[in-house]
Amino acid sequence: MHELPVTESILKIVTEHAAEAGAKKVMSIDVVIGELSSFIDDTIQFYFDILSPGTLAEGAKLNFKRINTRFRCRKCGQEFEPEGQNWLCPNCGALGGDVIAGKEFYVDSIEVE
Amino acid sequence: MCEGHDHTHATVQNPLSENKDRRVPVVQNILNANDRAAAENRQHLEEHNITAINIMSSPGSGKTTLLMATIKAMGENGSIGVIEGDVASQVDADKIAETQTPVVQINTGGGCHLDAPMVHSALHALPLDEIKLLFIENVGNLICPVSFDLGQSWKVALISVPEGHDKPYKYPGIFEAVDVVVVTKADLMPYMDFELDTFKELVHGLNPNAPVLVLSAKTGEGMDSWVKWLEEHRV
Ligand SMILES: Nc1nc2c(ncn2[C@@H]2O[C@H](COP(=O)(O)OP(=O)(O)OP(=O)(O)O)[C@@H](O)[C@H]2O)c(=O)[nH]1
Ligand SMILES: [Mg+2]
Ligand SMILES: [Zn+2]
Repeated sequence: MHELPVTESILKIVTEHAAEAGAKKVMSIDVVIGELSSFIDDTIQFYFDILSPGTLAEGAKLNFKRINTRFRCRKCGQEFEPEGQNWLCPNCGALGGDVIAGKEFYVDSIEVE
Repeated sequence: MCEGHDHTHATVQNPLSENKDRRVPVVQNILNANDRAAAENRQHLEEHNITAINIMSSPGSGKTTLLMATIKAMGENGSIGVIEGDVASQVDADKIAETQTPVVQINTGGGCHLDAPMVHSALHALPLDEIKLLFIENVGNLICPVSFDLGQSWKVALISVPEGHDKPYKYPGIFEAVDVVVVTKADLMPYMDFELDTFKELVHGLNPNAPVLVLSAKTGEGMDSWVKWLEEHRV
């Protein structure tokens, strides 16, 4: 379980950016999570609601944008999403590819008042 | 951090009052605090000419047994040190300590991975001037450790034959992230349906440059390829 330290980190990033922008209150937070990152959204909101009171981000709603894993075929350059045990390039049939999406884990933006 | 910037804040506040809600771009990696601590570890290790190896695997794959066999195989000139990461207990560190190798146990107290600040404290508890090759045994877990840079020189994924050859499908993150993949418990190959060629194909589908080494820490078979890899990758 590492959602607690992760939530603390989100809160720190958000309150710093909110203060820097002169905001009075943070309404919502957009977080981007790649499929390959191992963080559970419900738990993060749960911890956030415990940690945020008394900060600029008190009561803010976390929106999670999920990014699927995406490969770029090394043979032909085709981009595709692997599904379960199907890692074959739909264009040339090569197995796997460079992971070009799915590892994201960042605060994208905040909505402030 | 933002204290002393009140002037700039005051000027930004005006447009806000006209346009009540506003979106502020952030685009900041959530693990940036860990990444900063990892960069410090990396510098610290480089100053001491230490090669640090982060070993990640499922619980019970054979990390500690591989370390014991490695210490034995490399002998005195190994100048090995070990950081043991476990949720609880001192068991693994006690085993390593029997070989007279400097070792520090980190207990994460429920945490599913090591992070860079934990490794930082452990580094200060080790005789760094005596160590050239530092093994960091991560908490047994194929998912979370991958996201946390420890400041290591190299990352190793260890998988044991009984776990099955389809692991890359289920845990692509780790196999994509590492510098070398080690398959251990090769002595069990005759009793298991582990398809080595399929496994290699999947690993290389994700990570074409990672060598796949096959060994048994129990019988010693294949240990030479691992020791050779270490010799080639240490400073
Ligand atoms: N047959 C066989 N058994 C092995 C080998 N390596 C380890 N084992 C056994 O596998 C079990 C787990 O080994 P450990 O080295 O403790 O595994 P670990 O990855 O350090 O485990 P955790 O630290 O608990 O995650 C032990 O019973 C070992 O004796 C091997 O090469 N062959
Ligand atoms: Mg162990
Ligand atoms: Zn292709």
